Amino acid sequence: MALGPYASFIVTSYALVAAVVLILIVWIAIDHRRVRARLHEMESSGVARRSGRGAADLT
Amino acid sequence: MTLTELANPTRFLSLATRILPWLAILTGVLLAIGLYQSAVAPDDYQQGATVKIMFIHVPNAWLSMFVWGVMSVASLGTLVWRHPLADVAAKAAAPIGAAFTFLALVTGSLWGRPMWGTYWEWDARLTSVLILFLMYLGLIALWRAVEDPSRAARAAAVLTLVGAINIPIIKFSVDWWNTLHQPASVMKMSGSSLDKSFLIPLLVMAVAFSLLFITLHLAAMRNEILRRRLRALQMLQASKPVALP
Repeated sequence: MALGPYASFIVTSYALVAAVVLILIVWIAIDHRRVRARLHEMESSGVARRSGRGAADLT
Repeated sequence: MTLTELANPTRFLSLATRILPWLAILTGVLLAIGLYQSAVAPDDYQQGATVKIMFIHVPNAWLSMFVWGVMSVASLGTLVWRHPLADVAAKAAAPIGAAFTFLALVTGSLWGRPMWGTYWEWDARLTSVLILFLMYLGLIALWRAVEDPSRAARAAAVLTLVGAINIPIIKFSVDWWNTLHQPASVMKMSGSSLDKSFLIPLLVMAVAFSLLFITLHLAAMRNEILRRRLRALQMLQASKPVALP
């Protein structure tokens, strides 16, 4: 695949999109882990929801 | 399942957790197909290989406006119907919309330099998209500045609905004003003026990026619901009487 004289512009565009999408995915995944860990920590210290169900339960 | 049933955050969490892996797989497959089609698409007779930037620039540009549309509907849900998940949806969408708008601006700039001879021009389309990006940042700042989520939600909803005026301005800027940016070539009354060899990869990439948005949005909404549960537990803990020695 020949990209011609403007190959650097094309490659930079695709690389930038890949990087930003990857950052979004990693940020959301890390945020999920962190919030669930803090919820578990809170529940194990004896603080519970009024419903009695686990706050970090997803199903 | 109706919208009313989905208003229950626990039910929403359960549904989101079940469908997220399938959505992620589907997004990955479609992105792979779209990227392959973009790679093998022919060069344009005028633009050469730089036309490949279109396959990522246009979906990001469409999504930058679509996400604000989603946030506007969610804002109506907050202000009019007081749907419990509406402000969660709006708050979770803002950073993702900001990222798509940033990518539309930067890839457009990288496409513009070899084609127009400049990275940036203060024309109506480029300027209105830059304003959209700044509005996303403003909304994110507003959500972070107000501690009480329900107060922040109402203020953000009003700002989102006022900002929605910018969406038709972006869309029709190329028709209303004389701009360096080209007019619409896919979504127009007379049909697309793009050749199939460009249109098909573009549409596949647009669907793939839309699925990417849905996947990321559902995951971010799930995080926001859990964060609110955490906040409720922290407030419960803080309100407990402390036993004095």
